[in-house]
Amino acid sequence: MSDHELRVSKIRDGTVIDHIRAGQALNVLAILGIRGASGETVSVGMNVPSDRMASKDIVKVEGRELSQDEVDVLSLIAPEATINIVREYEVVEKQQLESPDRVVGVLSCPNRNCITNADEPVETAFDVLADGVRCEYCETIVRDDLASHIAVE
Amino acid sequence: MRHDHLTSAKQLSRADIESVLDRAAEIDADPAAFGDRHRDAVLGLCFYEPSTRTKMSFETAIKRLGGDAVDMGTVESSSVTKGESLADTARVVEGYADALVLRHPSEGAAKMVSEFVDVPLLNAGDGAGHHPTQTLLDLYTIRENAGLDDLTIGIMGDLKYGRTVHSLAYALTNFDADQHFVSPESLKLPRSVRYDLHDSGANVREHTDLDAVLSSLDVLYVTRIQRERFPDENEYRAVAGEYGIDLETLESARDDLTVMHPLPRVDEIAPEVDGTDYATYFEQAHNGVPVRMALLDQLLEADR
Repeated sequence: MSDHELRVSKIRDGTVIDHIRAGQALNVLAILGIRGASGETVSVGMNVPSDRMASKDIVKVEGRELSQDEVDVLSLIAPEATINIVREYEVVEKQQLESPDRVVGVLSCPNRNCITNADEPVETAFDVLADGVRCEYCETIVRDDLASHIAVE
Repeated sequence: MRHDHLTSAKQLSRADIESVLDRAAEIDADPAAFGDRHRDAVLGLCFYEPSTRTKMSFETAIKRLGGDAVDMGTVESSSVTKGESLADTARVVEGYADALVLRHPSEGAAKMVSEFVDVPLLNAGDGAGHHPTQTLLDLYTIRENAGLDDLTIGIMGDLKYGRTVHSLAYALTNFDADQHFVSPESLKLPRSVRYDLHDSGANVREHTDLDAVLSSLDVLYVTRIQRERFPDENEYRAVAGEYGIDLETLESARDDLTVMHPLPRVDEIAPEVDGTDYATYFEQAHNGVPVRMALLDQLLEADR
């Protein structure tokens, strides 16, 4: 894509999450806890034409690098995504997502009768399976629409 | 068995199971020899749901080992009504007892508590999750009556919400057992249990009709179909009738069939079956005492 076609501007320091499956950008923002009130400069492209994926979403966050927990959960809902760390307008690090063994404190359990949904001092924890995740407490398996189970603070 | 919590039957290896059942058989043969084993031991009972068999047999078990039990009482009479969390209650009660027994309506409750307490914790039922001590007494009963290897077992009724079913099915994967699951479509095994059974390579088949398998069974394990699982009374009655047994149902069964039920039963087994050689459910309930004695004996022994 040439510069005159750029839909969103380059960032100076921060993170570009590219090749997000089309339609998942808002879920990516939810994982990052970005709801607009915290003041970060954020650019979002949705359904952007892509050579590799036909269409994709892209999220650029100024002044922020992602924690391992955030990367882990991103890998569940946007496994094809790439993460570019940008410093002084240059990509200094490219990261492919790898699926973690477990995710802690990020997804909520869809089983309403799970102890993690009672008012107890316990964080949710899910084992990551080949095709979904499984609650470590009630053992419920979630395969579809993981994004809807993201526990947003 | 090593000193640990028992929250799920999945923790139990074949060797763990056989060790508890062998100890239970020793206790059955000579209960008096164990009467002084744990003279000062105190068992803490935390039951957030009603229980007759499990609670009373744990109480009897610790008393027959020379120890005693302290009981939280009903939820209504405890600090739970003041809003105390389960995690807090468990941490308080562990200071009064050498081991805890927990029954709770939420799945995963025992696993969570096991992360907060240092004394051995025994899961006596967590929602529709697990009930591993029931499984040990079920296995003991099966071993005494039919043997645990080269076993063909039918498990019938509420397979979706029945925690005794889930725990038993996991535990049987340690043995050479063919498992047949018989239930209405709406109460089939949950996805998580099926996942584990397939994962362990278990020989599992599902049916909606008992007649398809009855004549091949060594053991028929019947469970209660609960009224509250159905939207209306008529639907419940139709299903409950279809998955109950009486003398007529059993005409095509083998003479040496063992019929089990974790109890309480409602209509699933007609009273006319009680007097036959098939009926093993009261013996099964009585086995709760030696088996829980054996389990407590091992846990408390390891904890010394």
